[in-house]
Amino acid sequence: MTTSILLERMIAHPSDSHTMARYLDTGGYATLKKALKKMKPEDVTAEVKASNIRGRGGASFPTGVKWGFLPPDTRPRYLVVNGDESEPGTFKDRMLLERDPHQLVEGIIISAYALDVHHAFVYIRGEYPKPARRLQRAVEEAYEAGYLGGDILGTGFDLDVTVHLGGGAYICGEETALLSSLEGRRGEPRIKPPFPAVEGLYAKPTIVNNVETISNVPWIVANGGAAYAAIGPETSSGTRVMSLSGHVKNPGDYEIVAGMSWKDLIYDVGGGIRDDNKLKAWIPGGASAPWFVPGEHLNTPVTIDDIARNGSMIGSGAVIVMDETTNVVGAAHRLVRFFSHESCGQCTPCREGTTWMERVLARILDGYGRPEDIGLLLDVSDNISPGLAWPPAMTTICPLGPSATAPVVSIMKYFRDEVEAMIEGGASNG
Amino acid sequence: MISHWSHDSQLKAHELLETYPEKRSAVMPLLYLAAKEHGHVTEDAMREVAELTGLTAAQVQSVASFYTMYRREPVGKYVVSVCTSISCYLRGADEVLAAIEDEAGVLDGETTPDGKITVEHVECAGACGGAPAVNVNWELIEGVEPDKARELIKWLRDAEPSVIFGDEMQLLFGGQQSFDWGPKEHQGAIAPLPAFDPYGTAKGERT
Repeated sequence: MTTSILLERMIAHPSDSHTMARYLDTGGYATLKKALKKMKPEDVTAEVKASNIRGRGGASFPTGVKWGFLPPDTRPRYLVVNGDESEPGTFKDRMLLERDPHQLVEGIIISAYALDVHHAFVYIRGEYPKPARRLQRAVEEAYEAGYLGGDILGTGFDLDVTVHLGGGAYICGEETALLSSLEGRRGEPRIKPPFPAVEGLYAKPTIVNNVETISNVPWIVANGGAAYAAIGPETSSGTRVMSLSGHVKNPGDYEIVAGMSWKDLIYDVGGGIRDDNKLKAWIPGGASAPWFVPGEHLNTPVTIDDIARNGSMIGSGAVIVMDETTNVVGAAHRLVRFFSHESCGQCTPCREGTTWMERVLARILDGYGRPEDIGLLLDVSDNISPGLAWPPAMTTICPLGPSATAPVVSIMKYFRDEVEAMIEGGASNG
Repeated sequence: MISHWSHDSQLKAHELLETYPEKRSAVMPLLYLAAKEHGHVTEDAMREVAELTGLTAAQVQSVASFYTMYRREPVGKYVVSVCTSISCYLRGADEVLAAIEDEAGVLDGETTPDGKITVEHVECAGACGGAPAVNVNWELIEGVEPDKARELIKWLRDAEPSVIFGDEMQLLFGGQQSFDWGPKEHQGAIAPLPAFDPYGTAKGERT
């Protein structure tokens, strides 16, 4: 349970874990030398595949499989690291960028070597200037040390890395929207297929991986994919950084091995509920995920597949905890308002549906709810995502709209009596 | 057309155009640079970015209008952004926003008549472990309580700092943080824009 891969350096050396000096002093860039000088690109790819690591951005897609989708003969290829971290509840990439940027840079160089990429981009959300400054400094240090640029370590391998700042749009965390944005366009998602691995940045084969995913690559290549795969359950291998927020006593980023129960995560890792209140519900994987409740889920395991089997998703690893004092309509309204604000507007079910759901929830909160509002909210949800199942059916290009139905369906499933009471109470709630 | 830009910004603009495989990709960083030159993203700014990238002004405007951080109207010297998304909401962000509105004497989305302070609520700032979170010119303060939020507004109004340092504000007005931030940061924001060196909006040093 205490295996530490990603956070080891920043925990041991809080004052300077972000510097080149400390990174080198703790074994940094040794794996880069091993990879570039002693391994073939396909050997590196084989280790990543063997690690069974699944993407940490939200979709949990196996990274090695994604890499395998690159068409063999098309060049140039690009690697784009997704640091647009904007899913409410998530603040892990912020920490990885600020506290250990060289770990990411080394991961980028090794991955680029494996993928035959010569220009990599890191797209960081615009609201993160400090993480971007730290990463930019690390990139500059890597150029100065000869780990980036031309003829890296005398091996003939060339790589440039560009740090790119976003403009404040959640949707750019969706990989095709991110690529549109990086091309200097509106951040609108594209229809898949073609997937970015085949047709991505500038219509060239492109791998888009999350900051945390790529930060794992140095460890995987240093220790072997099999060693990584041996940590935790088979289909949730390795460690992952969970962001705990809301009504826990100790919010923060914690590196865990999958398989512990939610009870362990919330009460041991998170320290329990503030003021020793009762736990009411929690969101297991960021704002987009359907909620869990103590009566059904507290003793279920925290793994990618168990969460999916129970009707939700691990997403970006963001756990948002709500205690007994939480007004569930207020919480759902806040979540839906987010999606309504962040909808790119391309698809009518999402653009109109999120807007109207926000208004109906606001009406209930203001004390003007109508008895038919419950059916109306579910009907709008069903028009965005027919069947209201999870993973959601899609009427839209990307999953943003369907994600907005998760809080609505969750409160109707677990707290319908509270919603009804608010509607009946009318203006006395306002 | 960008000849009236500072020499430094002109050099940076040309570097940015060389950085990307296609010029168009420089639109977003160039919009930040242009905003720095004009104070916000004016019509002239968008025309200049269009000229630099070989796009039409309409194409640049379609990009600028998509993102929340390209301000096409003037904003205050300090943009105070209160996160009111779910994790901050659960920890009392609405009360923080109300205290800030009251102290500044303007409502969400407005700027004080003296042009010093713009108040706004924002969607998730990515500091959920340090809720409620407030940004000033995109430099972060975490664990902000309503009374400290009032002090922040007074400080901005009275001290009028020329550079906004996150560490300094955290010490003066902050509380619970998402994680230990480690060493002091020596760069801060000199404008209501993200303080990121390559676009020329950061400044050091204060220890």
